[in-house]
Amino acid sequence: MLENRLDIRNYMKKLHKLANPGKFYRLSEKILPWSNLLAISLCALGLYLGLFIAPPDYQQGESVRIIYVHVPAATLASFVYAIMAVASAISFIWKNPLGNFIAKSAAPIGAVFTIIAIITGALWGKPTWGTWWIWDARLTSVLILFFLYLGYIAIWQVFEDQNKAAKAAAIIAIVGAINLPIIRFSVDWWNTLHQGASIIRLDGPSIHQDILIPLIFMWLGFLSYLISLLIIRIQSEITLQKIRAIQILISEQK
Amino acid sequence: MFKIFLSIVKRDLKLSYKQGNTSLNIVIYFFLSVSLFPLGVGPETELLSKIGPGIVWVSALFSSVLSLDKIFQADFEDGSLEIFNLTAIPLEFLVLAKALAYWLTSGLLLVILCPIFGLILSMSSKSILYLTITMLLGTPTLILVGSIGASLTVGLKRGSMLISLLILPLYIPILIFGVSAIDASINDVSAKPQLLLLGSLLCFSLVLSPIASAAGLRINME
Repeated sequence: MLENRLDIRNYMKKLHKLANPGKFYRLSEKILPWSNLLAISLCALGLYLGLFIAPPDYQQGESVRIIYVHVPAATLASFVYAIMAVASAISFIWKNPLGNFIAKSAAPIGAVFTIIAIITGALWGKPTWGTWWIWDARLTSVLILFFLYLGYIAIWQVFEDQNKAAKAAAIIAIVGAINLPIIRFSVDWWNTLHQGASIIRLDGPSIHQDILIPLIFMWLGFLSYLISLLIIRIQSEITLQKIRAIQILISEQK
Repeated sequence: MFKIFLSIVKRDLKLSYKQGNTSLNIVIYFFLSVSLFPLGVGPETELLSKIGPGIVWVSALFSSVLSLDKIFQADFEDGSLEIFNLTAIPLEFLVLAKALAYWLTSGLLLVILCPIFGLILSMSSKSILYLTITMLLGTPTLILVGSIGASLTVGLKRGSMLISLLILPLYIPILIFGVSAIDASINDVSAKPQLLLLGSLLCFSLVLSPIASAAGLRINME
């Protein structure tokens, strides 16, 4: 019994040495309370300023308040894809398991941010543009981004062997990252050809600081929330991996 | 090296000729889906000639994505891929040869049949010409990009659904440039930029997608 335990401990040490998920785990434990605190306080402050203090927009009225959720979600949606692609590339090139954990944990978060951006955009579009959805270049490319996330998540689901799944998912993330600028460019091109009704844009007067300050608070709050979520998901991935390793070890010794 | 390349292409062509109906099925599927559209949107020739290029292109995307999971499957199952992997020939090379053979048996047929579809959808002769040119430039890119998805899902039992999910978003630029080239020709604007972009996408995928596909195949052969 004691030997077994020592064996497991040795194995764990190797596991820690093999890559730095263990180090990451300890570091993230220290970060997590702070990012939680920041996420809650910044979002609360941003929401208070945005919903109660900031004045309604002279063109959009009260519906401008939707952007306090929409803009952070939309910017983070593509930011998370960048994190995913970089982490995938690192894991694929240097065979680092931590990169896999990061990319795998980031994908559903990014997909949810994308869907939040699409839904809040539709809710904002109805009173402002008079329609839930238009085939605008930006809307279309966000929709395509959502499909790319779904494809990435699906690949983790269908492979039984998690090592294979990690590599296949890394390839798809890298291919997607190379394609994303091309898709973006082509959709912009397509949109200028199909130029439809004129669209009211935010770019008239640059955003007033009464709106901008709560927006910045919200954005930083969302960012902290993203960090917290990522840490929790990566920690659970690492723990899952450790449980699997221990299970294999025990079944081998039986 | 080139000799080996040619022999792989020849082998694949022979196989597909002997096995027969896969490529024929693709053509029939393509034909059927194009002819379903007039039944769906109504037989007005004006409307059909307007949306014709889009119909042909979208049908081409679907028919290529549906059949693509077969491109590596037979070789994977009977072990020929493993043997190729053991030889000195790089796997990237094999992917390129197989994609070429696959294009000759499926993509080229679609390109040849394009004028007929153009006539069915009452497109003008000029837009039929541009439809054929864009398909000629676009179908190899479709197969090359699709081979990435096919290589990743080759060992999976329910892979074909996943291929569509992985690959169709990546097809969007090809679709957009293909259709907008035809639109430009209809509106008497030069279609040169779109054709050049389609060509550049072809060159781009010719270089990069064999690398990705070979990496995908290696994962599945471990």
